[in-house]
Amino acid sequence: MIGDITLGQYYPAKGILHRLDPRIKVLLLMASIVLIFCTFNFYALGIVTALVIASVIMSKVPLKLYLKSMKAIIFVILLTAVLNLFYGAGEPIFEWWVFRITRAGIHNSIFIAVRIVLLVMLSSTLTFTTSPTDLTDALERLMKPLGIFKIKTHEIAMMMTIALRFVPTLLEETDKIMSAQKARGADMESGNILKRIKALIPILIPLFVSAFRRAYELAMAMECRCYQGGSGRTRMKQLHMGARDAVAIIIIALVTAGVVLCNIFL
Amino acid sequence: MSTLLKTENLCFTYAKGTPFEKQAVKNVNIEIKKGEVIGVIGHTGSGKSTLMQMLNGLIKPTSGTVYLGDTDIFENKKTLRDVRFRVGLVFQYPENQLFEETVRKDISFGPRNMGLPEEAIAKRVKSAAKFAGLKDELLDRSPFDLSGGEKRRAAIAGVIAMDPEILILDEPTAGLDPMGRDTLLAQIDAYHKARANTVLLVSHSMEDIARIADRVLVMYKGDCVMLQSPKEVFARAEELEQMGLRVPQITRITTLLREKGIPLSEGILTVDEAFAEITALLKKEGRI
Repeated sequence: MIGDITLGQYYPAKGILHRLDPRIKVLLLMASIVLIFCTFNFYALGIVTALVIASVIMSKVPLKLYLKSMKAIIFVILLTAVLNLFYGAGEPIFEWWVFRITRAGIHNSIFIAVRIVLLVMLSSTLTFTTSPTDLTDALERLMKPLGIFKIKTHEIAMMMTIALRFVPTLLEETDKIMSAQKARGADMESGNILKRIKALIPILIPLFVSAFRRAYELAMAMECRCYQGGSGRTRMKQLHMGARDAVAIIIIALVTAGVVLCNIFL
Repeated sequence: MSTLLKTENLCFTYAKGTPFEKQAVKNVNIEIKKGEVIGVIGHTGSGKSTLMQMLNGLIKPTSGTVYLGDTDIFENKKTLRDVRFRVGLVFQYPENQLFEETVRKDISFGPRNMGLPEEAIAKRVKSAAKFAGLKDELLDRSPFDLSGGEKRRAAIAGVIAMDPEILILDEPTAGLDPMGRDTLLAQIDAYHKARANTVLLVSHSMEDIARIADRVLVMYKGDCVMLQSPKEVFARAEELEQMGLRVPQITRITTLLREKGIPLSEGILTVDEAFAEITALLKKEGRI
């Protein structure tokens, strides 16, 4: 079924990462991603790997879910690793036809593969431990300074929330329409590519029609409740920073210091 | 009459192997004869829709078999499509599946998939539209310009046009106004009588079921708990109530009248029946 998409899905649990302020989580994730790509030797890489493993454990999300989201990009990882293998400078240790593998190449490909894995794992911890509403809320707050450039940050955040909210609904709808057309003998599993694309028309048109209908209904419902955008809106759930957020910031600061020191002295 | 559709220990479990696992249909054994009208009732989430989708091969059962005639419909994957032409399924809110430029083209989608010649398709569209109560001038309009009730009819015509031996309708009257419900139901009944085919009607309206069903199938938490005549099923009012169902309003009223000592017969299911009995009674007493 189409409903089995797990890449970045909220997993409710009672881990410490779930209770962190989402704004802090987003900022620290960005900082950590920069950190992951600023590791220049194995010691530094070891430190960030330890950080990622610790966050995965602390998230209290089953490892199976992480592996599932990894499955989607395994091909990308392998491809970049293999490509990097052949683009290293220096003395070749293995040479055959146009292929030249150097020590630097092996080094590069290990680094790039580990970095991508860490990147995906860490980003997944954010989406697994933060509900979509919290996440857009945090993004809205973080984008607030952009308001001085006349960017409507609230509207952007609202659009993101609505889009996320309707993903499962539309998937369900697609499933239903597919079944209904199959019941009328629609054949989506055989024929050449042109035939298969044509077979999508009976699914896409009703899907678009229903998406527009839903959008229209939602807009109507929002207007009925006098929704008028960001200015002057208060929130039901206020975000508060606490001691654990401070601890998280300190931990990332320490890791950063460790990585910098490793890069310079080792 | 011979058995047309039969299920054997039919089970279906949603999201098997995950924490969200839910058994929607448990061990259903039913036999449906050719030409019968079966009313299917059950509380929301009782497994009616899942069962209906297994009967035409849209959902593969977790275990158990569906026999159409003598053949297991899941035996050969290639013939599944033919099964769907023989067992036509009209989904809930079928108007959401309309997609063509004109109503005529949309109704011909099914017959065209069957590979029929153009003349036969045109003929089928015409008769299907007539059975569904669609006026001829609507056929060349866009389905998206029709009213809600007309859209529903157009969608139902799209399945009728395949001329299925068994027609399954999943809550065809949901969301229609009382007039629309009555006429649509009458048309389904007329269609059944004209073609002498088998009809399965899922409905939340006991009145509808009482009006046209030969037998009533009651689903409760995935089990098929009853498959009997409407009179027998609606005589078990207490059991039905425990399952979140009820008997037709007129049956309840006549039962209450009987309890008050008014000599009406047992198991009155429709207003017409009640009307006839009560007027007969009043006449006998010389009051009218």
